[in-house]
Amino acid sequence: MVTKLPKVPVVVVGMGWAGGIVSAELTKAGISVVGLERGKDRTTADYTMGHDELRYQHRQELMQDLSKETITYRNTVSGKALPMRHYGTFIVGDGVGGAGSHWNGQTYRFLPYDFEIRTKTIERYGIEKIPAWMEGLNDWGLTYDEMEPYYDTFEKMAGISGETVELWGKRTNPYPTPPLLKTPLMKEFEKAATSLGYKPFVIPAANLSEAYTNPDGISRAACQYCAYCENFGCEYGAKGDPAVTVIPVAKQTGKLELRTHSNVLELTKDGGKANGVIYVDMLTGEKFEQPADVVVVASYVFNNARLLLNSGIGTPYDPITGKGTIGKNYCYQVTSGGSQLFFEDREFNLYGGAGALGIEIAEYMGDNFDHAEVDFIHGAGIRSTQYGDRPIAVNRVPAGTPNWGAEFKEKSIKYANSNFPVKTQGASLPHKENYLDLDPEFKDEFGYPLLRMTYEYTDNDRAMGKYMSSITRKIAEEIGADIIDTNEEQAPFNVNKDSNTHNTGGVIMGADPETSALNTYLQMWEAENVFVLGASAFPHNSCFNPTGTLGALSYRAAEGIQKYLKEGGILVKA
Amino acid sequence: MSEQEKKDSVLDKRSSRRTFIKNSGLTVGGVVLGGALGSLLIKDDQSTITTTETPNHAATPTANPNVALMFFTPNQYQVTQAAVERIFPEDANGPGAKELNAAIYIDHQLASPWGSNVKDYRLGAFYKAEENQGAQTKILRKDLFLAGLDSLNRYSNEQFEADFKELEATQQDEVLLAFSEGKVELYGKVSSSQFFSLLRTLTIEGVYADPMYGGNNEMLGWSMRKYPGSRMQYVAEIQDEKFIELKPQSLNSHMGH
Repeated sequence: MVTKLPKVPVVVVGMGWAGGIVSAELTKAGISVVGLERGKDRTTADYTMGHDELRYQHRQELMQDLSKETITYRNTVSGKALPMRHYGTFIVGDGVGGAGSHWNGQTYRFLPYDFEIRTKTIERYGIEKIPAWMEGLNDWGLTYDEMEPYYDTFEKMAGISGETVELWGKRTNPYPTPPLLKTPLMKEFEKAATSLGYKPFVIPAANLSEAYTNPDGISRAACQYCAYCENFGCEYGAKGDPAVTVIPVAKQTGKLELRTHSNVLELTKDGGKANGVIYVDMLTGEKFEQPADVVVVASYVFNNARLLLNSGIGTPYDPITGKGTIGKNYCYQVTSGGSQLFFEDREFNLYGGAGALGIEIAEYMGDNFDHAEVDFIHGAGIRSTQYGDRPIAVNRVPAGTPNWGAEFKEKSIKYANSNFPVKTQGASLPHKENYLDLDPEFKDEFGYPLLRMTYEYTDNDRAMGKYMSSITRKIAEEIGADIIDTNEEQAPFNVNKDSNTHNTGGVIMGADPETSALNTYLQMWEAENVFVLGASAFPHNSCFNPTGTLGALSYRAAEGIQKYLKEGGILVKA
Repeated sequence: MSEQEKKDSVLDKRSSRRTFIKNSGLTVGGVVLGGALGSLLIKDDQSTITTTETPNHAATPTANPNVALMFFTPNQYQVTQAAVERIFPEDANGPGAKELNAAIYIDHQLASPWGSNVKDYRLGAFYKAEENQGAQTKILRKDLFLAGLDSLNRYSNEQFEADFKELEATQQDEVLLAFSEGKVELYGKVSSSQFFSLLRTLTIEGVYADPMYGGNNEMLGWSMRKYPGSRMQYVAEIQDEKFIELKPQSLNSHMGH
């Protein structure tokens, strides 16, 4: 039995960054919002025992319970997808704050090149630079300059700490807080990179460099470099998290009704629009129908695509014909090509750090270097980071060391504080056969099909990783270390071993309803009262952590939703 | 075990810990920093430590009620102790996984909901997986571990005509290597490498997880690698060119904050 509830103006599915930002902006404008979150509510008090590596990182305290729902994975369109039965590669947030509670806090803008990637690539290198399998590569439908005010708003709300970098798009304002501290290993990178002619910068961070009060009047304390960011919540509230920024602001208006443990199963539809959502209380199993004028789908990348597919909203993508949009352009992150430095007689205070603490160069990002002579496009950030090395997770040993036994113990202890990386974070561009759809066999606990991921690294990724390995090697050698191990080859993707959780695409934005699911307000072309927010809207993934761009787009979407509530209709002409 | 043997084994343990403590210089004012004493002293989140005389501290170790079995039989516990010690053996750095109580940690974990895979996806059919798709076996962690222990003994008897725990260290390493390479029959379709991987993971966790979980005895796992455990801030340390060694502190120090 489904209990039908009274209609509301706006229902938001998922209370992470996207859902939190939209809820804050709409409620501040006087619009009532019902926020549905499948997990529990959280505050900083939840993290009093937060420095528990086992519980949070290895038992995934802040992540979704896979016994209820997971994804299935295969590496080719002809393979059989099998469920990811336990966590390995992806960590999918759960509860108020979502992935915005357990993230590291690295907060980038994408490059001007990203937003016009197809046009700019063809302009500089000709159409033949884009291989046939990358045909889905497209401009985003708006430019960096149009995105700039939204980035600015997001950075001020979250209090991003950073420094202005050349080789980027123009900023109207400096970062609201200065960059994080430079540690000895960051200074090593800085010295080497500078002497090689690069211009290193401190990574922009949502870990506050100093106490900060944002335009909403939210005050937060400075980061203490305690080293428990990724997989963990911040007990100080120093890390930008929806649960300590936008969600309290929305709550304070009195216009947000937050319903936790409320897991949306599907959108109900009526012709070209959605009527609302059906959700289940995860504690009691009771089902509800919540009608709404506007449905904002703001769950994680995977579930955004899955909800639409399970609801029959939008046209599913077909990897053979290339037609359809839902599930299209799933992209990931390419992190091969790094070098690891080991020192015999130098120790760093690696137990300390922060999720966004690091230093980087921009010279090999995007189209900042000439690609005429290389067989790939886009690029990578080259960087050294100091997240804080936790002892269960991090046991770096020189290549060739066994992973157990006497030698492992000796080396893992010897180098525990005597190593650091020069690593890469590279762009992931669409491949026609990398996509998301519904699994034909496996179901969630309520009987709905699981999302099926078909993904493998591409030739672009492998060529880029190899190229970047020569750069990381060069910087590592300039720094100087007793042992330098460089990873030159991109191994095949492994759903239980890869260590990046930056998933993008599946419900992408663009200028053309034939090739994109959303317009630049993240409004669905095929269902005008459905807005789909998150990194799922990225037509490709750049060489950055996705949250900054996700946040900026959420502010733009909030503007669009207000406009839609007043005027109705599709907000952008195709 | 006779009373004399018991005493000897306690003394052995203490002497290996003393050797470690001597090597790592973990003393303050001549008083050996045992874990219980250390964590009490460090409760105020200070990196400098003051101490008062604690008479007979070293002579009368307090029984740890956490050291008891909620899952293993005594024999399973002993085989586990022998196995974890080979994954992370005692050496000049300090104690091995056995003395760090990794086997107690494993006992407690296998008894927990995690041992029964309650947060894993367990619906649908279990097909043979490709290399890159992750394990697709239905067996629960607790049952996999017990099957692994049985198999360790069976294989040890086949190869060396003795139970695993009776073997020489080099023989035990040989057995574990064969398991890690998936060469040993385990149970049904389950690979011995899957058991080995679980054993390896649990051993590292048992050495380095917060001591409230039963392992990382007296935080010596952390001390060995100069890891300070759970502290609230490192603003000064991360800027320092020199390495700053801080005494480890467990989650217990956050009680009452």
